[in-house]
Amino acid sequence: MLDDFLVRAALAGVGTAIAAGLLGCFVVWRRMAYFGDATAHAAVLGVALALLFGTSITLGVGAVALAMALLIHGLSSQGAAVDTMLGVLAHAALAIGLVAVTLIPGQRVDLDAYLFGDVLSVTRGDLAVIWGGGALVVAALWWHWSAMLTATLSPDLAYAAGVNPRREQLVLTLLLAAVVAVAIKVVGALLITALLIIPAAAARNYASTPERMAFLSMGIGVLSAVAGLRLAVIFDTSVGPMIICVAATIFAISAISFQLRRVGT
Amino acid sequence: MSLIDARHIEFSHGGQKVLQGVSLQLDPGEIVTIVGPNGSGKSTLLRVLIGALTPQKGAVTRQEGLRIGYVPQKLHIDPTLPITVNRFLNLPHPVDPDAAKEALRTAGVAGLGAQQMSQLSGGQFQRVLLARAILGRPDILMLDEATQGLDQPGSAAFYRQIEAVRRDIGCAVLMVSHELHVVMSASDRVICLNGHICCEGTPEVVSAAPAYRELFGTGTGGALALYRHDHDHGHDHDHHHHHEAAE
Repeated sequence: MLDDFLVRAALAGVGTAIAAGLLGCFVVWRRMAYFGDATAHAAVLGVALALLFGTSITLGVGAVALAMALLIHGLSSQGAAVDTMLGVLAHAALAIGLVAVTLIPGQRVDLDAYLFGDVLSVTRGDLAVIWGGGALVVAALWWHWSAMLTATLSPDLAYAAGVNPRREQLVLTLLLAAVVAVAIKVVGALLITALLIIPAAAARNYASTPERMAFLSMGIGVLSAVAGLRLAVIFDTSVGPMIICVAATIFAISAISFQLRRVGT
Repeated sequence: MSLIDARHIEFSHGGQKVLQGVSLQLDPGEIVTIVGPNGSGKSTLLRVLIGALTPQKGAVTRQEGLRIGYVPQKLHIDPTLPITVNRFLNLPHPVDPDAAKEALRTAGVAGLGAQQMSQLSGGQFQRVLLARAILGRPDILMLDEATQGLDQPGSAAFYRQIEAVRRDIGCAVLMVSHELHVVMSASDRVICLNGHICCEGTPEVVSAAPAYRELFGTGTGGALALYRHDHDHGHDHDHHHHHEAAE
């Protein structure tokens, strides 16, 4: 079954969508969209470094995304002007990465694969990384769910209940780096944030509790991945952007139908 | 033994000293109210006591296993986060459904469990925060301007609820409030804070001060001139003359 590249692509998409859909809820609730962008864009720099040192792409991407996430985590705790700083870091990391990739001697790098994903070339090894990383993210969120939710609602309430919100934020930061490393092969560095945010945002209108929103978000992510792959094959387009197009369409339907229902009542 | 024992707390924020030499002990079952002008460090002190802020100097000792029920000044829930009252009460630890119902009733918002937090009125919201705070059977209930945004009858009713809650579960209460005239009758001690503890005493002493209404009227000008009881420590700084002006 895994010999079929389409099956591998579908499995890669589904694994990534589950992890991103779940983590994406926290990205939305905590308004970490730009944080996600900065971490994801740093992945391109990770690709360059991995090629330069001859290590695996996942390792390079994971390491650089982690370094970027920790840097932002540290800076934001000092109360710097976070929004501007994230903007600077996100685009600086992207630009440096793009320049670095082209400067690597003796390599002709297919940049598109890293910017927009290349899910059709996913190997068994990639699948193992995606599902391993995805399982790690889901398990960690399952374990930390209540503490993270409390810290998200109010750091002070968390402290009073004996939960350290700084620690919870650090865990989220680490998980974000993990999702970036997992997702770059599927949707590419530029669209990772979209895969985090759009399913969660589409789920918001039809959820009454955080848990329902999380499950719905994962479902929408999986549907987008499968339908996006199918449509991309039919229309012969690249897969990553098509997955995001499907997710955005679901979001639009969710938003419009919610408004219509509200007007109707 | 004290529930919380804070000694010589000093806390600076952005180079500005917010708290200086603040010592405070809280005993089981007592009701203490902290008053003071805006920016006097009241909320900061509370956040130091719950462990959300670490003071640069001094130490806070909490009794082993101390359960704190904290009601924040306000709580903004991001509109992207759907959450029902019942789910909120179960954070961070799951609670017995009957206990949750009982807590809502005690806090005066029975039957609201299935509502979205975002659909509650200001008064209901604060009461749900109170319900969550008392659910853990706290040793101490801490309220930070918990009636902000409530009208006069609303906040009076809220404080009556606090008194009832305290009778029920016998916890200590530490609250920060502007509304001395509402909360004072129930307080065992009133602490006047303005970066440091200016003075403290029983509410009778405070209510005997003729100018105490100024605290709630004209801002901070007369705030430190309110207390006629003997200060338990020397004043070697510029608040001094306010005090004399009121004599």
